[in-house]
Amino acid sequence: MGAYLAFKETWRNRGRFLLVSLLVALLTALVLFIAGLTEGLGRGNIEYLSNLDADLIAYQADAQLLIAASRLARGTLQDIERVPGVKIAGPIEFSRVSIILPGTTPQGQPRKPLDVSLIQVEPGRPGEPPVRFGRQLQNRRGKEAIIDSLVARRAGLTVGDEFTIRSLQGTREEFYTLRVVGITTSQQYSIQPSIIVPLLTGDQIKPKPAVEDRPSGDISANIIAIKLDMPADPNEARAFRELMKRRLESQVKKIQVVDIRTAYENTPGYSAQQGTLDTQRYFALVIGVLVLGGFFQIQALQKVAQIGVLKAIGTPNRTIVAASLVQITSVTALGVFIGGVVTLGLAVALPVGVPIAFSPQTTLIALASLLLIGPLGGLLSIRYSVGVEPLTALGLSQ
Amino acid sequence: MGVALEVHNVTKIYGSGESAVVAVNNVSFSVAEGEFVALVGPSGSGKTTLLAMLAGLLYPTSGSIYIGGHDLGKMDDAQRTAFRRQRIGFTFQANNLMPYLTARENVELMMRLNGGCKSECSRMAVELLIRLGLGQRLNNLPRQLSGGEQQRVAIARALIHNPAVVLADEPTASLDTERAYQVVEIFADMIHGHRRAGIMVTHDLRMCIYVDRVIQMQDGRIARILSNRDEIDAFASAKRQRGEEAVTLAEATSVPRMTSDGRFPQ
Repeated sequence: MGAYLAFKETWRNRGRFLLVSLLVALLTALVLFIAGLTEGLGRGNIEYLSNLDADLIAYQADAQLLIAASRLARGTLQDIERVPGVKIAGPIEFSRVSIILPGTTPQGQPRKPLDVSLIQVEPGRPGEPPVRFGRQLQNRRGKEAIIDSLVARRAGLTVGDEFTIRSLQGTREEFYTLRVVGITTSQQYSIQPSIIVPLLTGDQIKPKPAVEDRPSGDISANIIAIKLDMPADPNEARAFRELMKRRLESQVKKIQVVDIRTAYENTPGYSAQQGTLDTQRYFALVIGVLVLGGFFQIQALQKVAQIGVLKAIGTPNRTIVAASLVQITSVTALGVFIGGVVTLGLAVALPVGVPIAFSPQTTLIALASLLLIGPLGGLLSIRYSVGVEPLTALGLSQ
Repeated sequence: MGVALEVHNVTKIYGSGESAVVAVNNVSFSVAEGEFVALVGPSGSGKTTLLAMLAGLLYPTSGSIYIGGHDLGKMDDAQRTAFRRQRIGFTFQANNLMPYLTARENVELMMRLNGGCKSECSRMAVELLIRLGLGQRLNNLPRQLSGGEQQRVAIARALIHNPAVVLADEPTASLDTERAYQVVEIFADMIHGHRRAGIMVTHDLRMCIYVDRVIQMQDGRIARILSNRDEIDAFASAKRQRGEEAVTLAEATSVPRMTSDGRFPQ
């Protein structure tokens, strides 16, 4: 009966309710885009680290988990690998370079260089991502690179192609040519797509200050990815990981060891950025609750006489509540559906490089919270409707 | 004729102490099946409060009300709501109909509230509306109906579920004279035809020509009861002959009328 009343009222006033649904659709688009941006920027920042095939990451002890401030010497890698329980470890070094893009723009201008993260790894060790096409790195000093699929798309590169890197060496710009041997996916770091090169090759390429701040020939890394001989049981694995953190920190000098999640949550700007975007998303949801709450409350106020008559002729409160809930939920659901479809359409049409990404989990959470804003906003109006006295139908009040 | 409604020594007092107001004071009467009663009186005489108690919307301070043998005083709120839905028909002064339901759907509403409306209920609603002259208006929304048509739909809604008692609160208040006569005549026909007990609160004494009994209230008490046909007709027609648009008991008894030169007599 409640659904019948809700359907009739909504259908016979469809113009008004469609407007409310469109409002919900706009809120949905806003919330989904912010969620997409949160996900996209988050991924852009920490994708490489979060997808790292390792169990622990070692930093320089006093670097406060800042990758750029962390410096670990070659000897540290050997010390780590000597600790019982460590399967294999791999040094990783991060820097930024530019790829010179061939050809010109439609206006005849040279194309703008593509900024990328240069990630140096030891071939075959943790830190080297698996390739989707081509092969893994083979030569420790080879002029070869694995590139992220975003680099491949934006630079128009494929396996076997050669490309040129521009790098600032002191005060001079130097150019290096590398060959694409493999293409990997989801390996952005620091909001840049990445190219992965052998540690020794990268040491030649990466930008250097005018005055070198370390002894010549001492190849170092920012962090060391550590893979453990993990037990198969998840609970045991968790305990073992904790044990190994303590063991590594006690047996290897001047390192701090954390798990992957701690590592990427401490990436500069990541937590602050995610927090800011999450706050925006929550604000949009709160605005939605207030706007819908206001609309349904005004509607309830306008319907006092009708509700009074309904109650006077014997309509139970549960029917009044059901009618309100069905109406609010269906209007909200329609809006969320429209907003979802519009957002999906716009997301597909977005150019490559816009940092918006939709993961099923975050999208579902956003949609579920959007579906809740209607009933949540309508609670006050439902409470108000329940409180309407049937005596109002007779112009009386208690 | 069986008794459909009994009111025994009903009193309703609003507030308490010095601010207490006695709205209905020790009222007793009964209405038989098929009897149509008008409850008249000036504003504040207690007739709407009495109607609300008859409908189970208000609890009397003392006294008891029986409808079809059921004591309303022994029912809790949920039972009263169910009782109104099943045993009482109601029409109101205004905002009678759900604006988003058609005439037919408004009538069917009572059946739906009482457990559903299948093809039989729909047929009954249509037949009733046709008898009330609304055969061409079945699928019109209330806003597409005149005031008189809306009241006729409300009458159909009040009767469709075969209630023991039909209560009408000022059903002609928003209607012109011709429509008012038409609506009350139809109402009376339905009450008599369906053998229901009908109680109509009205200010318009001319409408009393269609009722079987007039209960005149004053200051919460029953001032007098007219049950003789001639008395009732004389009561109503005396006002009609004066050619007034609407004659109220207040005007007839206490409020001075404006003279033709626009002044009140000294």
